[in-house]
Amino acid sequence: MKTREKIEYKATSNACKLCSPLGASFVFRGIERSIPLLHGSQGCSTYIRRYLISHFNEPVDIACSNFTEETAIFGGGANLKLAVENIIKQYNPELIGIATTCLSETIGEDVSLILKGYNKKNFDENFPEIVSVSTPSFSGTHIDGFHGAVRAVVDSIAVKKKISTKQINIFPGMLSPADLRHLKEIVSDFSTNYVMLPDYSDTFDGPLWTEYQEIPEGGAKIEKIAFMGDAVASIEFGRVLSGEESAGKMLESRFNVPCHSLGFPIGINETDAFFKALENITGKPVPEKYVKDRGRLIDSYADGHKYVFDARAVVYGEEDLVTGLASFLSEVGIIPIICASGGESGLLRQKILDIIPDAEKIGIRIIESADFVEIGEEARKIDPDFFIGNSKGYKIAREMKKPLIRAGFPIHDRLGGARIVHVGYRGAQQLFDTISNTIIATRQEASPVGYTYM
Amino acid sequence: MTNIPILKERKKQIYHKGEGVFDLTCDTKSLAGSISQRACVFCGSRVVLYPIADALHLIHGPIGCASYTWDIRGALSSGPELHRMSFSTDLRERDIIFGGEKKLYASLVQLIDTYRPNAAFVYCTCIIGIIGDDVDSVCKRATEEKGIPVLPVHSEGFKGTKKDGYKAACESLSMLVGTGSVENIGRYAINIMGEFNIAGEAWTIKEYYENMGLEVVAVFTGDGRVENIKRSHGASLNVVQCSGSILRLAQIMEEKYGIPYIRVSYFGIEDMSKALYDVAAHFKDNPGIMKKTKEIVRNEIDAIYPDLLRYKKALSGKKAAIYVGGAFKAFSMIKALRSLGIDVVLAGSQTGNKDDYEVLRDMCDEGTVILDDANPLELSKYCIEKGADLFVGGVKERPIAYKLGIGFCDHNHERKISLAGYSGMINLAKEVYSSVLSPVWKFAPQRMIS
Ligand code: SF4
Ligand code: SF4
Repeated sequence: MKTREKIEYKATSNACKLCSPLGASFVFRGIERSIPLLHGSQGCSTYIRRYLISHFNEPVDIACSNFTEETAIFGGGANLKLAVENIIKQYNPELIGIATTCLSETIGEDVSLILKGYNKKNFDENFPEIVSVSTPSFSGTHIDGFHGAVRAVVDSIAVKKKISTKQINIFPGMLSPADLRHLKEIVSDFSTNYVMLPDYSDTFDGPLWTEYQEIPEGGAKIEKIAFMGDAVASIEFGRVLSGEESAGKMLESRFNVPCHSLGFPIGINETDAFFKALENITGKPVPEKYVKDRGRLIDSYADGHKYVFDARAVVYGEEDLVTGLASFLSEVGIIPIICASGGESGLLRQKILDIIPDAEKIGIRIIESADFVEIGEEARKIDPDFFIGNSKGYKIAREMKKPLIRAGFPIHDRLGGARIVHVGYRGAQQLFDTISNTIIATRQEASPVGYTYM
Repeated sequence: MTNIPILKERKKQIYHKGEGVFDLTCDTKSLAGSISQRACVFCGSRVVLYPIADALHLIHGPIGCASYTWDIRGALSSGPELHRMSFSTDLRERDIIFGGEKKLYASLVQLIDTYRPNAAFVYCTCIIGIIGDDVDSVCKRATEEKGIPVLPVHSEGFKGTKKDGYKAACESLSMLVGTGSVENIGRYAINIMGEFNIAGEAWTIKEYYENMGLEVVAVFTGDGRVENIKRSHGASLNVVQCSGSILRLAQIMEEKYGIPYIRVSYFGIEDMSKALYDVAAHFKDNPGIMKKTKEIVRNEIDAIYPDLLRYKKALSGKKAAIYVGGAFKAFSMIKALRSLGIDVVLAGSQTGNKDDYEVLRDMCDEGTVILDDANPLELSKYCIEKGADLFVGGVKERPIAYKLGIGFCDHNHERKISLAGYSGMINLAKEVYSSVLSPVWKFAPQRMIS
């Protein structure tokens, strides 16, 4: 096994990462009546919108401060203020989430300084909250923008009101809207008082409209975010995130809210840990329906175990997703033979080893800061059985004539990316069925007989 | 009326035909906070150069600009597919501080050695304009050392609009034109310009011209090859499609090589036929060409007419909104939709100029809303108010239409279905039909027009 030290000055070919403001946009979209605003020039926001639209098939309005040549020279303060004013006029939001871009970072814009005094106090009660986060893409990827925005929101809104709320804070990480819905269902079966940040389960996956919605309904309520300091506990997903600064840790150190850092709850092991945490926090037992879900899941593991055992998978995507998928795959006997991410935390290798201590012996390759050309080169050396990850791996899977099981973000070449459930027993069920059936189908099609029984 | 607010500054870019004097503001920067559907200068350059399939396209800057444009367009190639790769110098913090030239040079060398392209384009993104890399001299050095043209594209995103990106791309292309041999190019030779071979459209168009007895030297840039571009100055006519994405190059070639150009469109029967006739008319000295052209047009129309009538019957009386990148495409779309019995109630573009909008106003019916650089709220507002049944636009407009229970036809560079030429007209009719008349809309909640 090797962790790749990047050769000095190497181009990135078919990147396995996106830029930071995209991640921040996810978060700002996941707050009630909130709208993202990128401080930079027009292209970044339009490209990011387009990228998100192709995945979610929902209108995605992300504003921009529209840098011009003059702005780039004299600073973007005036443009940013104009943008804020125009957004208020058109969208009447409760929160404007501002993320910087490479351009505004390079010229050294300080958003909080520019917008000093732009607040409820100086204007009126209807003036929105303004949260800003620094998201230069030259020092991080979309996942850093995501977590950075979560931290920025908590930092500027959460307080301790010294009221006993019994609230649970959930920081889910970058999951699908269907995942978020499932997590909410689980948590609310334990306790009705919780807040999830971000919560784009409705805003990125809603019904048709009867009239145009400037900002789609749904999202984490700002009042609830404000109560985060009084919560009984935070649950934060992401083994890689647990090694970094995070919103959960901030609440712990600032307001003594205990933070449960867990892995992405993908597969039985990691989901069990999640349910255990909920039991501990609420003092309630796991509701019957999840006990049954878990039972059915194990029953299906028994039915399908032979088909998947020792199959070899190439897993790629955000580091925490890869870690979560690797945990699930290895618990059913599939070898995540390549674990790759464009992420740059430097923690992926250790986190995979925590889950699969003998990864090295089995020959698992962990590639950090990977791009798809590197992933393709490694994959060709080992002839895997399938790929699992976002649509951008399709090119390699197609060339190698291997199936690609779509998971994560983005899914640009299929419908329903927003509806994939990865988490909980139900997510594991969906993944297990899909993977087993893909392997069975591959064998069936390659067979000269074409059995109609398994 | 809906109660969606329109920003005061934006009102000048919206016109209701029949109401007041026509004085549409256009050709301006987008308003901050308005959520324009436009992209940036870099995007314009990418549109023009992207389909050159045997060239290396290296995006100099941080990763996003490259990630978001990876394999984004439906431009097909009959051979190499290097254009479908995404290469970025992926600048990091220390490059921002110390400059990105070294990394650019090393990336060029590495990529040229690996992929052996016939030329390389280096796209400058926003921050290159700030950190001040001397991209020109890095390109020059790489050209000398690697023996292929390595061309800078000055497409810093903030230095103008998408149109400036077209210009930057044309200027880079003009450095290639004229560097090849024009031997063996005949008298009746043309270049097809502004045709990007989306879903193989350039192949359809090329076939028409070849059947007319013409030789096509180069296509700019659909299924493009560096060799053909180098010798394209050997053609005697440039046939330019699209809203000026490549007009600048045609002008340069006229100045430099005396090659005249004409502007055409390949969308809809009317414009398609006119294009072929106009080109034939240019070669007056060879009446055989016009004769052939008439035959082709007749045969092609005969072949699709019965189907077209069928669709027209089904679609008659429906109302459409059109919002596209360039205004030229809007003109053709209005005509093409009319030939299907569909009325246009909203027409707009991201980059139209004064002249374009005057033509548009003259073409439209009373009451039509004309928009420049619109935003999602405006598009929705007028779609609802005008009762549109169909939206013709790009991926960014698609969910707006669907959310409101309106059919949609993708007419952008990302489309996977050929809409040009006569066969394209039938595809368009099919596309429109399958969206507008789909039974699923009966489940859509009633649109409330308050
Ligand atoms: S950084 Fe500049 S060039 Fe890149 S997408 Fe943004 S606006 Fe366009
Ligand atoms: S300039 Fe930065 S923020 Fe903008 S698209 Fe490129 S990487 Fe993303």
